[in-house]
Amino acid sequence: MQHTFVAYVEDKPGVLTRVASLFRRLNINISSVTVGGSERPGISRMTLVADAPEAAGHRIMASLYKLENVVQVDDVGRFSSVSRELALIKVATTPKTRSHIFELANVFRARVVDLAPGSLMIEITGSESKIEGLLQVLNENEDRVLEICRTGRMVMRRGHHTSRVLEALGDTESLGAKPPQASEIEEEHETDLT
Amino acid sequence: MSKQKPTSDDSKTRLTGAEIMWATLEGEGVREVFGYPGGAILPVYDALRKFPIRHILVRHEQGAVHMADGYARASGKVGVAIATSGPGATNMVTGIATAMLDSIPLVCITGQVGSKVLGSDAFQEVDITGITLPVTKHNYLVTRAEDVAPALREAFHIAQSGRPGPVLVDITKDAQQATAAFDFAAAAPEKVHVHPMLSVTQPAIAEAVELIRAAQRPVILAGHGIIQSGAMKQVVALAERAQIPVACTLLGLGGFPASHALNLGMMGMHGESWVNHSIQESDLLIALGMRFDDRVTGSLSTYAQKAKKIHIDIDPAEINKNVPVQVALTGDLAAVLDQLLPLVRPRDGAAWLRTIDRMKGDAAVLDIVNLPDNGHLYAAHVINDLWRATSGNAVIATDVGQHQMWEAQYYKHDSPRSLITSGGLGTMGFALPAAIGAKIACPQKEVWVIAGDGGFQMTCPELATIVQENLDLNIAIINNGYLGMIRQWQETFYDKNYQCAPIGSPDFVKLAEAFGIRAAAVRTRSEVMSTVAEARNHKGPFLINFLVEQEDTVYPMIAPGSALHEMIRRPSNNPLVER
Repeated sequence: MQHTFVAYVEDKPGVLTRVASLFRRLNINISSVTVGGSERPGISRMTLVADAPEAAGHRIMASLYKLENVVQVDDVGRFSSVSRELALIKVATTPKTRSHIFELANVFRARVVDLAPGSLMIEITGSESKIEGLLQVLNENEDRVLEICRTGRMVMRRGHHTSRVLEALGDTESLGAKPPQASEIEEEHETDLT
Repeated sequence: MSKQKPTSDDSKTRLTGAEIMWATLEGEGVREVFGYPGGAILPVYDALRKFPIRHILVRHEQGAVHMADGYARASGKVGVAIATSGPGATNMVTGIATAMLDSIPLVCITGQVGSKVLGSDAFQEVDITGITLPVTKHNYLVTRAEDVAPALREAFHIAQSGRPGPVLVDITKDAQQATAAFDFAAAAPEKVHVHPMLSVTQPAIAEAVELIRAAQRPVILAGHGIIQSGAMKQVVALAERAQIPVACTLLGLGGFPASHALNLGMMGMHGESWVNHSIQESDLLIALGMRFDDRVTGSLSTYAQKAKKIHIDIDPAEINKNVPVQVALTGDLAAVLDQLLPLVRPRDGAAWLRTIDRMKGDAAVLDIVNLPDNGHLYAAHVINDLWRATSGNAVIATDVGQHQMWEAQYYKHDSPRSLITSGGLGTMGFALPAAIGAKIACPQKEVWVIAGDGGFQMTCPELATIVQENLDLNIAIINNGYLGMIRQWQETFYDKNYQCAPIGSPDFVKLAEAFGIRAAAVRTRSEVMSTVAEARNHKGPFLINFLVEQEDTVYPMIAPGSALHEMIRRPSNNPLVER
């Protein structure tokens, strides 16, 4: 099954290698990994997606925590969350095909961010299925896709604040706050185009 | 990491990185280190004379790490090994992996080329932090003098805390040469990394207590964690109060006294039949500081199917890794048992203990030490006699192979830290350097090396270290002219195709004498006790070359992939045994 982990790690040289090396040692392929800043200074946030047996989730999480540079791990796949990916897609164009590609981009709420004589570049943000939807339509129209650059999945749990995050932010008031009720949690629609 | 702010009284405590390194070791309580100099670590060696630390010069960096490892296993303290960059560092890798697999607290320090030329393939440059990443608990590359103390202090903390392990600190030459303010106290670790999944909850404790109360056929599985955590008393208390028999892993030997009435012996691939049968028949396994390694479980699909399992371990990643368990208590073993013990009620275990006694049956009779002297010299005799001669009080460092298993079967360890052996990685050549480390750690104790003729040849140059350091330790070579365990597997699983198993050796007596070590050869059983006595009475090191039966086999044995109860037993018609 597909596991998605969010890991807060120290922003230091070699930390990415340590995390990647753990998966390599377990012979688990990382399907995507995104790393960037977080709300905590000096701490990066990683979203890791990996295919592994269901039971492996516990061991991956427990092993991640054994790395000295890992501050916090969340197995977000088990919770309601928002998942987004950004893609840049360069498509070959002729004056004839340009307009329908603009239409497609509009339908997918994507933006054209570069226009050249023989090609244009689309920027699209959304769930993976939305991006794959656009790519599929482009391929069906026999538009030649020249380049694809995808960021990989980034995930944030809905309505969820761990006490640790709030403590790190110095927000002690919300620590006593109730967890969100089920009714407040909006269902994630994978085909949602917005 | 550089949190030491320059202050006005800098001048008082300004030291070079090399001096800071030694001063930090001194502050951490280090009195002995094992190492080998080289270009990129020379500033460190230059500064050594200013510090009250004994440096043991080894003959190979692998030996330095094994010595630090033996030192740590014998004393419970952190072992320290030092090497230069490049080949010095790569020579350490086997030693580091050995310590990693057995969770031994080490700090390994390597010199590195100057920070300006890092990554340029400079002379004797190797990416040792990259190489050791999977075999260290953590490692550091230090490029500034002011980072030396904080990195080392963190390394000592990490090596000892939680599940112990080796930490490597790679220090560039310019960081050793530059100066910085030194303040030991201020360099203490900022944060303490505690595994957040450690969990010992009241409901889980209550569940464990109930499982123990309801069990009819419980067995305690005693692992290395008992010794690491110092939980010997608690385990004895648990076993005695609930009358639960105890089976030990190889590294657990000594964690529960071998002479205790409730001790069954060693479990696993070469464990005695009644031990493994008890586990397979058990209805409750209480696993204490052990990790269900493949060498103790046999095939997982047939392992202890009738038993519920309680697993107490410091490492949450070990829970449900190999064997699914009903109750997991993750934390320091002694502390967890302290919580559990007051709730465990005395129970009557007599019926189950009688059942186990009946399982012993003829297994004990077939045991080779019970046979009359038939003129042959068996390794089992040698080890049994060594145990008798030393009253079981020696610290034994073994190598890997047949003699290691015979040692585990026939030397009865009553106290923790008295057996030093490479269990997880199974590193040949470990015994001699590890024994040197143990002797340095415990100079008052009697220390013996027990090694095969194969493994001994891997690290025997360290004999020179024994002489140079004036160490009084004894060496028993169990010499059968074969890589014995290889021959045994070839005999059993490869149709007696003894490819590359016969191994020639130098005359070990002459070899020892060339190093300046007294030595003798033993060929018959009648000579064993007198020669061991001679070695023990001799002031200084002594080597005995025991020329034992060449094609002897370790029994019982579980074939790889077989179930724990499917043992190959000692044959009653063993052609080697003339009854």
